[in-house]
Amino acid sequence: MSDATIIEQPHDAGFGDYVALLKPRVMSLVVFTALVGLAVAPVGLHPMVAFSAILFIAIGAGASGALNMWWDADIDAVMRRTSKRPVPSGRVAPDEALALGLALSGFAVVMLGLATNLVAAGLLAFTIFFYAVVYTMWLKRWTPQNIVIGGAAGAFPPMIGWAAATGGISVESILMFALIFMWTPPHFWALALFMRSDYDDAGVPMLTVTHGRRLTRAHILVYTLLLAPLALGIAATSIGGPVFFAVALALNAWFVVGAVRIWRRDEAMAEADNFAVEKGFFRFSLLYLFAHFGALLVDAGLRSSGAL
Amino acid sequence: MAIRATHELHKRRLSRNVGVAGLLVAMIAVFFGLTVAKVSTTGAVEGFDHVVRPSLLEVSE
Repeated sequence: MSDATIIEQPHDAGFGDYVALLKPRVMSLVVFTALVGLAVAPVGLHPMVAFSAILFIAIGAGASGALNMWWDADIDAVMRRTSKRPVPSGRVAPDEALALGLALSGFAVVMLGLATNLVAAGLLAFTIFFYAVVYTMWLKRWTPQNIVIGGAAGAFPPMIGWAAATGGISVESILMFALIFMWTPPHFWALALFMRSDYDDAGVPMLTVTHGRRLTRAHILVYTLLLAPLALGIAATSIGGPVFFAVALALNAWFVVGAVRIWRRDEAMAEADNFAVEKGFFRFSLLYLFAHFGALLVDAGLRSSGAL
Repeated sequence: MAIRATHELHKRRLSRNVGVAGLLVAMIAVFFGLTVAKVSTTGAVEGFDHVVRPSLLEVSE
């Protein structure tokens, strides 16, 4: 044993490990959708207040990510995709993850309330509670519908952004919520179809494990068919515009085609081309969400510039 | 004589310390910016301290 191994502390994390605890990739999606929710709202905010609101929403999302990693360290250690996370790899102690998550949650909610209003702060607090407690602690290990209900947590950010600007809830913000809410199941079930051994090993009741892959393919199709009219419905509200309508029409048509292709395949066909269709559908689902919210942003820009 | 050997551990600690320092500075900047934004959008503030405030006087016709 060298001297170095004696002083080596298992919990001596670098700064990056704490950043990783906040799930920066999930955070980027939260920042983007919250920004769109705030930007398309009919009420203008001071740029500094708007920036702060997005920042505090992002911190709140990161806090719930840290709480999730604290609770799920045992499953994360088993799954290949997540075994390198700070807590299962031993770089950050579980207690530290819990403390960071709780402290940042309180900070984010209080600061969002002070910067904007109590409706936005209340929605953020509920989102953190929903993701950390309802999804992570309760539903994820209990029901194969975990993805469906857990998706609600990821769907709240545009609503929070909208509430930060307007101080309320409306058809527009509920439809933006519904878009992400209905998009999440097909997105994650496509992932589960080609990352299957991971969830099996961890004992998380994914639909692929509990009800079979045939039924999962059918579920993807049903949710995609329900998603399309919701997405097109946004075009009819005050935040919709020609750009959004064109983008939504094209993307939803392609998304439904992809879901039908997934539904018509069986496992032998999927194994034969190494899940090419499922992987393609998953990648496209990311573009799908970004493009819908990007189009809302473009239409908002056109409206405020007077072009519409 | 001071110990000069740097272990990988020290690098990780340094990254943490620099990171926390950066966060504190950023937080101060955000709070200050937010304060300026809030105060400047609240409308004119009456600067009558320890003197008669005309707006508080009863209207006498």
